[in-house]
Amino acid sequence: MTLDSPKLGCTDSPVRHERGQKAVFCGLTGIVWLHRKMQDAFFLVVGSRTCAHLLQAAAGVMIFAEPRFGTAVLEEQDLAGLADANAELDREVARLLERRPDIRQLFLVGSCPSEVIKLDLERAAERLNAHHAPHVRVYAYSGSGLDTTFTQGEDTCLAAMVPTLKPTEAEELLVVGALPDVVEDQCASLLSQLGIPSVRFLPARRSDAAPAVGPNTRFILAQPFLGDTAAALERRGAKRITAPFPFGEEGTTLWLKAVADVYGVSAETFEAVTAAPRARAKKALAAHRGTLEGRSLFLFPDSQLEIPLARFLARECGMVPTEVGTPFLHRAIMAPELALLPAAASLTEGQDLEAQIDRHTAINPDLTVCGLGLANPLEAQGHATKWAIELVFTPIHFYEQAGDLAGLFSRPLRRRALLAGGSAA
Amino acid sequence: MKLTLWTYEGPPHVGAMRVATSMKDMHLVLHGPQGDTYADLLFTMIERRNARPPVAFSTFQAADMGADTGLLLKETIKATQERYQPQAMAVALTCTAELLQDDPEGISRALALPIPVVPLELPSYSRKENFGADETFRALVRALAKPMERTPEVSCNILGPNALGFRHRDDVVEVTKLLEGMGVTVNVVAPMGATPDDLRKLGQAHFNVLLYPETGESAARHLERTCKQPFTKTVPMGVGATRDFLAEVSKLTGLPVKADERTLRQPWWSASVDSTYLTGKRVFLFGDGTHVIAAARIAAKEVGFEVVGMGCYNREMARALRTAAAEYGVEPLITDDYLEVEKAIEAAAPELILGTQMERNIGKKLGIPCAVISAPVHVQDFPARYAPVMGFEGANVLFDSWIHPLVMGLEEHLLTMFREDFEFHDAAGASHHGGKHVERAEAPEPAAQAAPQTQVDTPAVPVVEPSGEIRWMPEAERELKKIPFFVRGKAKRNTELFAAHKGVRDITVETLYEAKAHYAR
Repeated sequence: MTLDSPKLGCTDSPVRHERGQKAVFCGLTGIVWLHRKMQDAFFLVVGSRTCAHLLQAAAGVMIFAEPRFGTAVLEEQDLAGLADANAELDREVARLLERRPDIRQLFLVGSCPSEVIKLDLERAAERLNAHHAPHVRVYAYSGSGLDTTFTQGEDTCLAAMVPTLKPTEAEELLVVGALPDVVEDQCASLLSQLGIPSVRFLPARRSDAAPAVGPNTRFILAQPFLGDTAAALERRGAKRITAPFPFGEEGTTLWLKAVADVYGVSAETFEAVTAAPRARAKKALAAHRGTLEGRSLFLFPDSQLEIPLARFLARECGMVPTEVGTPFLHRAIMAPELALLPAAASLTEGQDLEAQIDRHTAINPDLTVCGLGLANPLEAQGHATKWAIELVFTPIHFYEQAGDLAGLFSRPLRRRALLAGGSAA
Repeated sequence: MKLTLWTYEGPPHVGAMRVATSMKDMHLVLHGPQGDTYADLLFTMIERRNARPPVAFSTFQAADMGADTGLLLKETIKATQERYQPQAMAVALTCTAELLQDDPEGISRALALPIPVVPLELPSYSRKENFGADETFRALVRALAKPMERTPEVSCNILGPNALGFRHRDDVVEVTKLLEGMGVTVNVVAPMGATPDDLRKLGQAHFNVLLYPETGESAARHLERTCKQPFTKTVPMGVGATRDFLAEVSKLTGLPVKADERTLRQPWWSASVDSTYLTGKRVFLFGDGTHVIAAARIAAKEVGFEVVGMGCYNREMARALRTAAAEYGVEPLITDDYLEVEKAIEAAAPELILGTQMERNIGKKLGIPCAVISAPVHVQDFPARYAPVMGFEGANVLFDSWIHPLVMGLEEHLLTMFREDFEFHDAAGASHHGGKHVERAEAPEPAAQAAPQTQVDTPAVPVVEPSGEIRWMPEAERELKKIPFFVRGKAKRNTELFAAHKGVRDITVETLYEAKAHYAR
């Protein structure tokens, strides 16, 4: 591993804490990928026209056919009396389930307005469960912008599912975090080749494949934004395996190694299983390194993937992280990542948009990772950008995607070079 | 509570954002939680704007709820004024802030800023995006425009064009050209491109051109009252409406009508023999009231289509739309429920849909071609080229964009003549559209020749089950499938209507052709 940065580790680095205007999505956005992952689930937001409009905008404006998410839009009479709001909700749910008999899991998703008017969706879920069980299981979680930022909506969703998982004494490994099916299959195959006996995934693709949890469950996070879910699993007696996240060749190797060590997999087996995909990943990464090496990188806070991605881009692609923003810094979960991040990176938790834009202007990085609202304005000022939302809609985990992940960052730079008449490095 | 899958309009504060983003040297402060900033991407991505919308968010969180969220709003207003130094500001609440007790009017007054700060009242739980834009523009005009001396030359303002408006960018250019051709100077275009100081000058125009009633009518009415400026009622979309518009301008100004029609091609394109096949094509229109009403007139009177259904999602235009629908003898559809629109289109079985991006999806699902005529918009509705829908060039553009989704005239004949052809068949679609050529699936020859009445093979169960008692007999069903796909919907519907009318329960091949003769034109 070549390291351009002489000093490693951000474990003890100071963190700038900011608050102010944020250019981020709220937790409702997670519905856009969660409803594709859980094929028999419907996500019913209880909120306002704004919530419906956000989902429509975030879902790339249109998805064909009738989607498996919707918004129960609160109207003036709902605000006047909560008793009526509950009755209305029951009626809308009954109507929805009648029209969609294929739905086996229903998520009532809280929003800013439902939270402010104190509409108790957990109680509503209990009430509706009594009515619609066993055909449909009803859950409640919050995607409200008052408490969740973007990917945190997946965390609150999965955390709400944990208490309902069946108890077990079995020794199983649980991989936690919604992954694209192709990535999940690759992960399962690697773990099985390593000889890990029983591997389950949360969330499962269908409700009848939901994992069980108990004191002999080990779990490992595949996504960095799942702090509440991890805590909920620990409350059920499951033990967490700590590791960096499986981005890039190094991240994937360290992640698998952490599992292998817990299960006593021999060094020979580990080498035999990982050697070929590691070589492939390195080869794929090499194609992008020329474009990325030595380029400075600025990450606006968005998905909580920022720290693992900055680590990957610094160590495996030779980029130089400047400011690494994250909406929320979970120290315990990020510890292995922070230890690997170049010490020169400056960490920011939270956001004060205007101040951050001023710092961004001063730093003038070669590549900026930011949300969709900022991307074109920054491009127009001459900055190359990568939209952060693509990182949650694209398969980027594990060995076979390492090259694709680097490609997401090298493409904007190559494109600029092409349009400027230069050659694409 | 109402279950919503897709929405035609956003909340009213998005309308306010559209007005602020259209303008220059103007800033909007929105009191709302994190997440509301999502709306920035509508402008930067769909419209490819190269600057952030001039909108600041107070971004309160759960932790602030017990404390003073009003203070947060106050600080945001103050910081925004200091950083951007706009000529004026507006302040509004988003849906969540509306539930809190903060008072934007009192807060902005207490700040005593050196510029006008206009508080907006946008009821999130009863109104929508178009209302928000219309009301924001009205409030700004009310705060800034005053009666003043008229310009020496005949001049007008153009009111209503907005960020994210359907082709507003180019319509303004086209309408300006029309007005200048008659010797009318354009005083101010607003909100698009105007500064707050420009709004102060609105009063010096002789009259107003209301380009888009959805987002400009309240301001036009206010100016009519306070500045005694009449406003135009015709939206110049289509050849007839454009000529009417010029006549209206002439009446308001006393200037003679002068129209430069040298580049107007639509009437001849429509009259030329190649367009014969467009005659009586059944078209369903849905979108905002203004664009639907104007498009219906063009469809019926300038292209020769038959309007078989029309509707709008904005209730504010319901009355005008009902009047127009009565003229074409169709039921008006006033709804913002996308599933209801889909149902109506399916029932009407049109050959072409003129709709919004939502109807484009409906069309895709039902296999009916669709051209987009109205917001809500998509990145495709902001073409790089000049593409107005108003004025004479707009008439040309509409002709092209409505005809493109259809199968071309000669191809229609080939499809009708060689309906079983391996290249010209239903699944292949129009030949000038992209996509791989689809070979016709070779179905086994139905064994229907021998005694079809008593045959009890698989297709004996009628596949089509229209409402009521009417059933399609298998051989009639097969005959129906031989009719080319772009007229099959019409044939099916006409046959069923005919059967219902005659009290026929089982539709046979005979019934099909009797209906064809009955509806022959």
